[in-house]
Amino acid sequence: MEMTQYLDIFIDESKEHLQAINQQVLLLEKSPEELSIVNEIFRSAHTLKGMSATMGYEDLASLTHCMENVLDAIRNKKIPVTAAVLDVLFVSLDHLEAMVVEIAEGGNGKRDVSETVRDLEALENGDSPAPALTSKRSNTESMQSYDQYEKQIILQSKEQGFNALELSISLREDCILKAARVYMVFEVIEQIGEIIKTMPAVDMLEAEQFETSFNLSVLTKESAQDIKDRIFKVSEIEGVEVSEITTENLNAAAVEESIENQGVEQVVNNENKKEETQQNTSSAGSGKTIRVNIERLDQLMNLFEELVIDRGRLEEISKSLKSSDLNETVERMSRVSGDLQNIILTMRMVPVEQVFNRFPRMVRGLAKDLGKKVNLEIIGADTELDRTVIDEIGDPLVHLLRNSIDHGIENPSIRSNARKNETGTIYLRAFHSGNHVFIEIEDDGAGINKQKVLEKALENGIITKEMSENLTDKQCFELLFASGFSTADVISDISGRGVGLDVVKNKIESLGGSISVDSTAGFGTIFSIQLPLTLSIMSVMLVEIQQEKYAIPLSSIIETAIIKKEEILSAHNQKVIDFRGKVVPLVNMKEIFEVPETNETSQHVPVVVVRKGDKMAALVVDSFIGQQEIVLKSLGQYLTSVFAISGATILGDGQVALILDCNALIK
Amino acid sequence: MTNEEKVIIFQLKDEEYAVPVQHVKSIERMQHITRIPRTVDFVKGVINLRGVVTPIIDLRLRFGIEEELYTDTTRIIIVSVGTIEAGLIVDAANDVIDLDKDSIEPPPEVVGGVDAEYIQGVAKIEKRLLILLDLVKVLNPEKLDVQLAKESLN
Repeated sequence: MEMTQYLDIFIDESKEHLQAINQQVLLLEKSPEELSIVNEIFRSAHTLKGMSATMGYEDLASLTHCMENVLDAIRNKKIPVTAAVLDVLFVSLDHLEAMVVEIAEGGNGKRDVSETVRDLEALENGDSPAPALTSKRSNTESMQSYDQYEKQIILQSKEQGFNALELSISLREDCILKAARVYMVFEVIEQIGEIIKTMPAVDMLEAEQFETSFNLSVLTKESAQDIKDRIFKVSEIEGVEVSEITTENLNAAAVEESIENQGVEQVVNNENKKEETQQNTSSAGSGKTIRVNIERLDQLMNLFEELVIDRGRLEEISKSLKSSDLNETVERMSRVSGDLQNIILTMRMVPVEQVFNRFPRMVRGLAKDLGKKVNLEIIGADTELDRTVIDEIGDPLVHLLRNSIDHGIENPSIRSNARKNETGTIYLRAFHSGNHVFIEIEDDGAGINKQKVLEKALENGIITKEMSENLTDKQCFELLFASGFSTADVISDISGRGVGLDVVKNKIESLGGSISVDSTAGFGTIFSIQLPLTLSIMSVMLVEIQQEKYAIPLSSIIETAIIKKEEILSAHNQKVIDFRGKVVPLVNMKEIFEVPETNETSQHVPVVVVRKGDKMAALVVDSFIGQQEIVLKSLGQYLTSVFAISGATILGDGQVALILDCNALIK
Repeated sequence: MTNEEKVIIFQLKDEEYAVPVQHVKSIERMQHITRIPRTVDFVKGVINLRGVVTPIIDLRLRFGIEEELYTDTTRIIIVSVGTIEAGLIVDAANDVIDLDKDSIEPPPEVVGGVDAEYIQGVAKIEKRLLILLDLVKVLNPEKLDVQLAKESLN
C-alpha cells in the first residue's frame, strides 16, 4: 500500500499526540491520583500505536505498546505513580519523539530502545498479578469484549452507581425496517441510560448489515427488568436478554487488537452523540476544524495585501472625483474589506500554547539538573498571536526561562534560609492589550544584583566609571541586554555562554517588539516582552516631510500637535518643547533625513510625539496626511541596515513610502 | 549550442555592458523613485515593482562615473542574483544577443573606468566591445556597509 501520501498526516498527528501525552504526564506528576489523566494518556498512546503500526513503524508501535501496558497497570492500580515511573515514561517519550523526528526527516524510525522497553516491562511486572488474569481468559462469559478504555468507563460508572448491562435483542424474522427498529431501541435506551458499545458496529446496524439480533452494552440507573419492559414497547421485537457486566468478566476479556481499534472508534462516535452525558471522558475537541496548508494562508494574506493597496487607491480616487455614488460604494467596500482583514488575520492566529507547551518539560528537566525546585505557572496560554511571531518567539522565551531558572531561582537551601518557599515559582504570562500581546516571565528568585551588573559592565567595557555612578535602577538592568554580557560567576551549559540577552533583545526587536526588565532584590525579576499582534498589516499616520511621505506606526505615537515657533526652547544646544509639563526633545526629520528643501517653513510647526518605553521625542514634520492601514513590506535583501527605517509600504498612488523606526530616533 | 550565452546589452556612458539574460527579470522605464535617507549615494531609493519594493542602484554612481540627467532612453534593468533583487539604472538598454563563450576574454586592468573587480570578462563581437559584469560583486551588500562606514568617518 502506498503510504507516502499519509506520511505528512502521520507525522503531524504523531507530534500532536506526543505533545498531548507529554502534557498529561506532567499533569499526572502533579496529581498522581487522577485516573482520568491516565486515561487521556492512554488514549493518545493508543492512537499513536495504531497509527504507527499501520504505517509500518514497528519500533514506534512496540515501544508505545509497552508504555500502554504500564499505563494500564497504573490505571488498574496495580502500580503506583512514582517518580521512577514518570522518569521512564519521559524517557520513552523522548525516544518516541526522536523516532518521529527521524521519520519526518526521511528515516525509517528505527531506534534501539531495548533498555527502555526493559524498564517499562520491569515496571509493568513490578507487582502486577498478571498470571491471575491469563487463567481467567478461557472461561469468559461476556458476550462482548471490551478494550481498556471501555472497561475503564464501565468500572467508573459502576462506582458512580450505574448498572452496566448487556442486552441481546432479537427482532422478528419478518421485520422489514430493521434499521428503524434499531433506531427506536436506541431512542428508548438513550432516554434512560447510555449505550457504550454495540455489536455489530453502529454503522453496520444502520446499514441493516446484521441478521436479526444485535448486542448492546448499556450504562443505566434503571433495573434490568425495567429496560426489558421498555424495549418490548418497540414493536417487532422478538426477545430481549439482559445480563449484567460484572467486574470479573470485564477483566477476563482479552481483546484482539483489531476489535480494540474498532471499539475505540465506536466509543468516540457515541461520545460525540452524547457529549452532554459523558462526564468521565474529557473534551473530545470542540468545533469543526480543517487543516490548511500554511502556504495557502500566506498566499491569501499576500493577495489580501494587494487588495488593501488597491483599496487605498480607490479611496484616493473617490475622494478626488467627489461622486457620492462612488464614495458610498468605496466606503462599503472598505468596510467589507476591513471585516475580511480581521478574519484573515485571526485565521493566522495561533494560541501561544503551541510554544508554551514544551516549557513545562524543559523547566522540569532543568530544575532537576541544577538541583533546584521550580514550579512553572502558565497563565493565558490561549492568548493568540500571528503564526509568524509564534514561530520566532520560542527560542527567546527558552532563553529567558533558562535564565530565570539558572540565575533567578536560588538553591532550595538558600531559599529556606531567606524564609522563602523552597520551591521557586516562575510565572509565564501572556495577555492582550490594545494592538499588542504581552508575554511576561516573572520569578520569585533573588532578583538582579545591581552591584554585580555594574561591575560586570565596567569589566567588559560596556560603560565607563562615570556613567556607572549616575545610572538609575532601570538603566542598570538594561545593561543586561548589552552585547557580550553575562553575570553568572560560573559558566554553566544552561545559560551564560556569552550569547546572552542581547540575542533575545535583537530577536524580539526584529519582530517589531520590545523587551524590558524590572527587578527587586530578594523578591524576583520580571521580563516583559511586548509584541505586535500581526506583522504584515498595521495602522500608521502618514506625514509629509517636504515632498516625501513617511509612515509612522500608530503604536508608537502618543499624539500629534501643531506648535508655534516661539514655543521651541533650547536646552544644552538641543531644541526642546514643553509638552504637557514634560520637556521633550525635538527631532527635526528634515535634517536627520537630509530631505531636499523645497518649501518655506511656516510659523506653525506640526510635530508627532512618539515614545519608546517611557522616553519621548517630538518629530518635526511638514504636514499630516492622515491615518491609514498599510501593508508592511521589507526593503529586500540588498538594503539590510537602513537608519531609522523599519520597512516600506505601497501607497494608494502606487508609490513607496518608508516606515519610520521611532526606536532609532529616540536616544 | 551550450557554448552560447544570451546576454542583455546596455549602455553606460560610452561603453557597452552585458549581463546574462537569466539574471534579468525585466527592463523598466524610469519612474518615481522613493529616496531612502542616509544611505550610500548610488542607492537611489526604492520603487514599487508590481507590489514588490525593489531597491534601485544608479550604475553610473556605483562605478564612479559622473552623474547625468535621466533621459527618455534611461532604463531600469531589474536583476536578481541569489536572494537579492535590485534595479540598475543605465543610460539605455538596446539589445539581446547570443554570445559565444569562447569569445570572452579575461578583463584587462581597467576598462572604461570600471574597476576590474566587477568585470567577468570582455567580448569582442565584430567592432563592438562588450564588458561582462559580475553581478554578484556589483550587488554585494557588504559594499554598502563599507561605503557607509567610510562616509560616517568623513
